[in-house]
Amino acid sequence: MKSAVIVFPGSNCDRDMAEALRLVTGRVPLMVWHRETGLPGGLDLIAVPGGFSYGDYLRSGAMAAQSPVMRAVKNAADRGTMVLGVCNGFQVLTEARLLPGALMRNAGIRFVCRDVALRVENSQSAFTARYDAGEEIVVPVAHHDGNYQADSETLDRLEGEGRIAFRYVGEVNGSARRIAGILNEGGNVLGMMPHPERAVEAAHGLDDGRRLFEGLLEAVGQPA
Amino acid sequence: MKIRVFVTLKNGVLDPQGKAIHHALEGLGFAGVNDVRAGKLIELDVAEGTSDADVEEMCRKLLANIVIENYRVERVEAAA
Repeated sequence: MKSAVIVFPGSNCDRDMAEALRLVTGRVPLMVWHRETGLPGGLDLIAVPGGFSYGDYLRSGAMAAQSPVMRAVKNAADRGTMVLGVCNGFQVLTEARLLPGALMRNAGIRFVCRDVALRVENSQSAFTARYDAGEEIVVPVAHHDGNYQADSETLDRLEGEGRIAFRYVGEVNGSARRIAGILNEGGNVLGMMPHPERAVEAAHGLDDGRRLFEGLLEAVGQPA
Repeated sequence: MKIRVFVTLKNGVLDPQGKAIHHALEGLGFAGVNDVRAGKLIELDVAEGTSDADVEEMCRKLLANIVIENYRVERVEAAA
Protein backbone atom coordinates (compact mmCIF):
# COMPACT_ATOMS: atom_id res chain seq x y z
CA MET A 1 0.00 0.00 0.00
CA LYS A 2 1.41 3.34 -1.05
CA SER A 3 0.62 6.12 1.40
CA ALA A 4 1.52 9.74 2.02
CA VAL A 5 1.39 11.89 5.13
CA ILE A 6 0.79 15.61 4.63
CA VAL A 7 2.96 17.88 6.79
CA PHE A 8 1.89 21.41 7.67
CA PRO A 9 3.82 23.89 9.78
CA GLY A 10 2.64 22.88 13.24
CA SER A 11 1.76 19.28 12.47
CA ASN A 12 2.98 17.17 15.37
CA CYS A 13 1.38 13.76 14.87
CA ASP A 14 2.84 13.30 11.39
CA ARG A 15 5.60 11.01 12.63
CA ASP A 16 3.20 8.97 14.77
CA MET A 17 1.05 8.51 11.67
CA ALA A 18 4.05 7.60 9.52
CA GLU A 19 5.25 5.09 12.12
CA ALA A 20 1.80 3.49 12.41
CA LEU A 21 1.60 3.18 8.62
CA ARG A 22 5.09 1.72 8.43
CA LEU A 23 4.32 -0.77 11.17
CA VAL A 24 1.02 -1.99 9.76
CA THR A 25 1.58 -1.70 6.00
CA GLY A 26 5.27 -2.55 5.96
CA ARG A 27 6.02 0.47 3.79
CA VAL A 28 7.35 3.85 4.82
CA PRO A 29 4.91 6.57 3.70
CA LEU A 30 5.99 9.61 1.75
CA MET A 31 6.03 12.83 3.76
CA VAL A 32 4.53 15.63 1.66
CA TRP A 33 5.10 19.26 2.60
CA HIS A 34 2.05 21.57 2.47
CA ARG A 35 3.55 23.77 -0.25
CA GLU A 36 3.52 20.96 -2.81
CA THR A 37 1.00 21.54 -5.57
CA GLY A 38 0.86 17.92 -6.67
CA LEU A 39 1.00 14.47 -5.14
CA PRO A 40 2.90 11.45 -6.41
CA GLY A 41 0.83 9.14 -8.58
CA GLY A 42 -0.49 5.78 -7.46
CA LEU A 43 -1.24 6.72 -3.85
CA ASP A 44 -3.70 4.45 -2.06
CA LEU A 45 -3.95 6.57 1.08
CA ILE A 46 -3.36 10.18 2.06
CA ALA A 47 -3.19 10.84 5.79
CA VAL A 48 -3.80 14.33 7.16
CA PRO A 49 -2.26 14.17 10.64
CA GLY A 50 -2.97 15.80 13.97
CA GLY A 51 -1.26 18.80 15.48
CA PHE A 52 -1.71 22.54 15.44
CA SER A 53 -1.29 23.50 11.81
CA TYR A 54 -0.54 27.22 11.47
CA GLY A 55 -0.94 27.55 15.25
CA ASP A 56 -4.71 27.05 14.90
CA TYR A 57 -4.85 30.68 13.70
CA LEU A 58 -8.30 31.97 12.72
CA ARG A 59 -9.93 28.56 13.29
CA SER A 60 -8.36 25.12 13.74
CA GLY A 61 -7.54 23.81 10.27
CA ALA A 62 -8.70 26.95 8.45
CA MET A 63 -5.32 28.02 7.11
CA ALA A 64 -4.12 24.50 6.32
CA ALA A 65 -7.31 23.89 4.32
CA GLN A 66 -6.22 26.68 1.95
CA SER A 67 -2.67 25.44 1.44
CA PRO A 68 -1.64 24.35 -2.08
CA VAL A 69 -1.38 20.65 -1.28
CA MET A 70 -5.01 20.49 -0.18
CA ARG A 71 -6.22 21.14 -3.71
CA ALA A 72 -4.29 18.05 -4.79
CA VAL A 73 -5.71 16.09 -1.84
CA LYS A 74 -9.23 17.12 -2.83
CA ASN A 75 -8.65 16.05 -6.43
CA ALA A 76 -7.27 12.70 -5.26
CA ALA A 77 -10.26 12.21 -2.94
CA ASP A 78 -12.62 12.97 -5.83
CA ARG A 79 -10.89 10.23 -7.81
CA GLY A 80 -11.45 7.77 -4.97
CA THR A 81 -8.10 7.81 -3.16
CA MET A 82 -8.59 7.05 0.52
CA VAL A 83 -8.05 10.04 2.80
CA LEU A 84 -7.74 9.75 6.58
CA GLY A 85 -7.86 12.93 8.66
CA VAL A 86 -7.12 12.55 12.36
CA CYS A 87 -7.70 15.28 14.96
CA ASN A 88 -6.34 18.47 13.37
CA GLY A 89 -6.54 16.52 10.12
CA PHE A 90 -10.31 16.10 10.66
CA GLN A 91 -10.56 19.86 11.27
CA VAL A 92 -8.61 20.49 8.06
CA LEU A 93 -10.91 18.19 6.06
CA THR A 94 -14.06 19.97 7.29
CA GLU A 95 -12.52 23.39 6.61
CA ALA A 96 -11.56 22.18 3.12
CA ARG A 97 -15.17 20.98 2.70
CA LEU A 98 -14.15 17.40 2.04
CA LEU A 99 -16.41 16.58 4.98
CA PRO A 100 -19.50 18.43 6.22
CA GLY A 101 -19.87 20.25 9.53
CA ALA A 102 -17.34 21.96 11.77
CA LEU A 103 -15.29 21.25 14.88
CA MET A 104 -15.75 23.81 17.60
CA ARG A 105 -14.18 24.43 20.99
CA ASN A 106 -14.94 21.55 23.42
CA ALA A 107 -18.16 22.22 25.28
CA GLY A 108 -16.30 22.00 28.61
CA ILE A 109 -13.67 24.52 27.37
CA ARG A 110 -10.83 22.30 28.54
CA PHE A 111 -8.36 20.38 26.39
CA VAL A 112 -9.34 16.71 26.66
CA CYS A 113 -6.48 14.20 26.68
CA ARG A 114 -7.39 10.64 27.66
CA ASP A 115 -8.39 7.23 26.38
CA VAL A 116 -12.05 7.14 25.34
CA ALA A 117 -14.45 4.37 24.40
CA LEU A 118 -15.85 4.55 20.87
CA ARG A 119 -18.65 2.59 19.29
CA VAL A 120 -18.06 1.48 15.72
CA GLU A 121 -21.27 2.51 13.99
CA ASN A 122 -20.51 1.38 10.47
CA SER A 123 -18.29 -1.56 9.57
CA GLN A 124 -18.90 -1.27 5.82
CA SER A 125 -16.17 1.25 4.99
CA ALA A 126 -12.56 0.39 4.19
CA PHE A 127 -11.57 2.18 7.40
CA THR A 128 -13.88 0.15 9.62
CA ALA A 129 -14.13 -3.19 7.78
CA ARG A 130 -12.01 -4.99 10.37
CA TYR A 131 -14.34 -3.98 13.21
CA ASP A 132 -17.81 -5.28 14.00
CA ALA A 133 -20.69 -2.85 13.84
CA GLY A 134 -21.64 -1.95 17.40
CA GLU A 135 -18.24 -3.02 18.76
CA GLU A 136 -16.69 -0.84 21.44
CA ILE A 137 -13.03 0.08 21.12
CA VAL A 138 -10.71 2.30 23.14
CA VAL A 139 -8.60 4.96 21.41
CA PRO A 140 -6.92 8.07 22.84
CA VAL A 141 -8.14 11.61 22.18
CA ALA A 142 -6.14 14.82 22.65
CA HIS A 143 -7.92 17.92 21.46
CA HIS A 144 -9.32 21.32 22.32
CA ASP A 145 -11.62 21.71 19.32
CA GLY A 146 -13.35 18.38 18.94
CA ASN A 147 -16.95 19.45 19.38
CA TYR A 148 -18.52 18.32 16.11
CA GLN A 149 -21.43 20.46 14.95
CA ALA A 150 -23.59 20.55 11.85
CA ASP A 151 -27.18 21.54 11.16
CA SER A 152 -29.79 18.91 12.00
CA GLU A 153 -30.47 18.23 8.33
CA THR A 154 -26.81 17.32 7.78
CA LEU A 155 -26.74 15.22 10.95
CA ASP A 156 -29.86 13.33 9.85
CA ARG A 157 -28.31 12.73 6.45
CA LEU A 158 -25.08 11.42 8.03
CA GLU A 159 -27.11 9.05 10.21
CA GLY A 160 -29.38 7.96 7.36
CA GLU A 161 -26.53 7.24 4.99
CA GLY A 162 -24.51 5.35 7.59
CA ARG A 163 -21.75 7.92 7.44
CA ILE A 164 -21.14 8.11 11.18
CA ALA A 165 -18.15 5.81 11.52
CA PHE A 166 -17.46 6.22 15.24
CA ARG A 167 -19.44 7.61 18.15
CA TYR A 168 -18.21 8.38 21.68
CA VAL A 169 -19.76 6.00 24.18
CA GLY A 170 -19.71 8.67 26.92
CA GLU A 171 -19.69 12.45 26.86
CA VAL A 172 -16.29 13.77 25.70
CA ASN A 173 -16.51 17.20 24.09
CA GLY A 174 -20.13 18.13 23.43
CA SER A 175 -20.22 16.77 19.86
CA ALA A 176 -23.65 16.63 18.26
CA ARG A 177 -25.00 13.09 18.63
CA ARG A 178 -21.63 12.15 20.18
CA ILE A 179 -20.05 11.97 16.74
CA ALA A 180 -16.34 11.06 16.83
CA GLY A 181 -15.75 10.32 13.15
CA ILE A 182 -17.59 10.65 9.85
CA LEU A 183 -17.27 9.46 6.27
CA ASN A 184 -17.80 11.36 3.05
CA GLU A 185 -20.49 10.32 0.57
CA GLY A 186 -18.14 8.00 -1.31
CA GLY A 187 -16.90 6.35 1.88
CA ASN A 188 -13.27 6.99 0.90
CA VAL A 189 -12.68 9.94 3.23
CA LEU A 190 -12.75 9.52 7.01
CA GLY A 191 -12.31 12.30 9.55
CA MET A 192 -12.04 11.44 13.24
CA MET A 193 -10.92 13.21 16.40
CA PRO A 194 -9.51 10.14 18.23
CA HIS A 195 -6.01 8.98 17.32
CA PRO A 196 -5.94 5.43 15.91
CA GLU A 197 -2.24 5.89 15.08
CA ARG A 198 -1.51 6.11 18.81
CA ALA A 199 -3.04 2.70 19.44
CA VAL A 200 -1.33 0.24 17.11
CA GLU A 201 1.21 -1.68 19.19
CA ALA A 202 1.76 -3.16 22.62
CA ALA A 203 4.04 -0.31 23.65
CA HIS A 204 1.14 2.10 23.17
CA GLY A 205 -0.85 0.20 25.78
CA LEU A 206 -3.74 0.05 23.32
CA ASP A 207 -3.96 -1.53 19.90
CA ASP A 208 -7.58 -1.00 18.85
CA GLY A 209 -6.46 1.48 16.21
CA ARG A 210 -4.43 -1.11 14.37
CA ARG A 211 -7.43 -2.68 12.64
CA LEU A 212 -8.30 0.63 10.99
CA PHE A 213 -5.00 0.51 9.09
CA GLU A 214 -5.37 -3.23 8.45
CA GLY A 215 -8.75 -2.53 6.86
CA LEU A 216 -7.10 -0.12 4.45
CA LEU A 217 -4.50 -2.73 3.53
CA GLU A 218 -7.27 -5.18 2.80
CA ALA A 219 -9.13 -2.60 0.75
CA VAL A 220 -6.18 -2.33 -1.61
CA GLY A 221 -5.94 -6.09 -1.92
CA GLN A 222 -3.13 -6.82 0.50
CA PRO A 223 -3.74 -9.20 3.38
CA ALA A 224 -3.13 -7.57 6.76
CA MET B 1 -9.43 51.52 2.42
CA LYS B 2 -10.19 49.92 5.78
CA ILE B 3 -12.73 47.19 6.16
CA ARG B 4 -13.90 45.56 9.34
CA VAL B 5 -15.28 42.07 9.32
CA PHE B 6 -17.19 40.94 12.40
CA VAL B 7 -17.41 37.17 12.72
CA THR B 8 -19.92 35.79 15.20
CA LEU B 9 -21.31 32.37 15.96
CA LYS B 10 -24.71 31.67 14.49
CA ASN B 11 -27.68 31.81 16.82
CA GLY B 12 -28.23 28.49 18.51
CA VAL B 13 -24.58 27.44 18.17
CA LEU B 14 -23.20 26.78 21.64
CA ASP B 15 -20.45 29.26 22.49
CA PRO B 16 -18.19 27.72 25.14
CA GLN B 17 -15.91 30.79 25.21
CA GLY B 18 -18.84 33.14 25.71
CA LYS B 19 -20.07 30.90 28.50
CA ALA B 20 -16.67 30.93 30.21
CA ILE B 21 -16.51 34.73 29.99
CA HIS B 22 -20.03 34.90 31.41
CA HIS B 23 -19.00 32.72 34.38
CA ALA B 24 -15.93 34.87 34.94
CA LEU B 25 -17.98 38.08 34.95
CA GLU B 26 -20.33 36.55 37.49
CA GLY B 27 -17.34 35.46 39.52
CA LEU B 28 -16.18 39.08 39.58
CA GLY B 29 -19.52 40.03 41.06
CA PHE B 30 -21.11 41.66 38.00
CA ALA B 31 -24.80 40.91 38.30
CA GLY B 32 -27.38 41.17 35.55
CA VAL B 33 -25.35 39.81 32.66
CA ASN B 34 -27.89 37.71 30.77
CA ASP B 35 -25.68 36.19 28.11
CA VAL B 36 -22.22 36.53 26.54
CA ARG B 37 -21.29 35.65 22.97
CA ALA B 38 -17.66 35.93 21.85
CA GLY B 39 -16.70 36.70 18.26
CA LYS B 40 -13.83 38.02 16.18
CA LEU B 41 -13.05 41.36 14.61
CA ILE B 42 -10.83 41.20 11.54
CA GLU B 43 -9.54 44.47 10.10
CA LEU B 44 -8.49 44.56 6.47
CA ASP B 45 -6.62 47.29 4.64
CA VAL B 46 -7.55 46.78 0.98
CA ALA B 47 -6.87 48.60 -2.28
CA GLU B 48 -9.33 51.31 -3.26
CA GLY B 49 -11.88 49.84 -5.59
CA THR B 50 -12.00 46.45 -3.90
CA SER B 51 -15.57 45.40 -4.59
CA ASP B 52 -18.16 44.25 -2.11
CA ALA B 53 -18.22 40.97 -4.00
CA ASP B 54 -14.46 40.51 -3.42
CA VAL B 55 -14.87 41.08 0.31
CA GLU B 56 -17.86 38.73 0.42
CA GLU B 57 -15.74 36.06 -1.21
CA MET B 58 -12.93 36.58 1.32
CA CYS B 59 -15.45 36.13 4.11
CA ARG B 60 -17.03 33.01 2.68
CA LYS B 61 -13.79 31.34 1.61
CA LEU B 62 -11.68 32.01 4.67
CA LEU B 63 -12.59 34.62 7.26
CA ALA B 64 -15.79 32.94 8.43
CA ASN B 65 -16.81 29.29 8.51
CA ILE B 66 -20.36 29.69 7.28
CA VAL B 67 -21.30 26.30 8.73
CA ILE B 68 -21.23 27.80 12.21
CA GLU B 69 -20.51 31.52 11.83
CA ASN B 70 -22.14 34.68 10.51
CA TYR B 71 -20.18 37.68 9.30
CA ARG B 72 -20.90 41.34 8.89
CA VAL B 73 -18.80 43.70 6.78
CA GLU B 74 -18.30 47.34 7.70
CA ARG B 75 -16.47 49.82 5.49
CA VAL B 76 -14.54 52.32 7.56
CA GLU B 77 -14.63 55.80 6.02
CA ALA B 78 -11.25 57.54 6.09
CA ALA B 79 -11.17 60.51 8.43
CA ALA B 80 -11.39 63.80 6.49
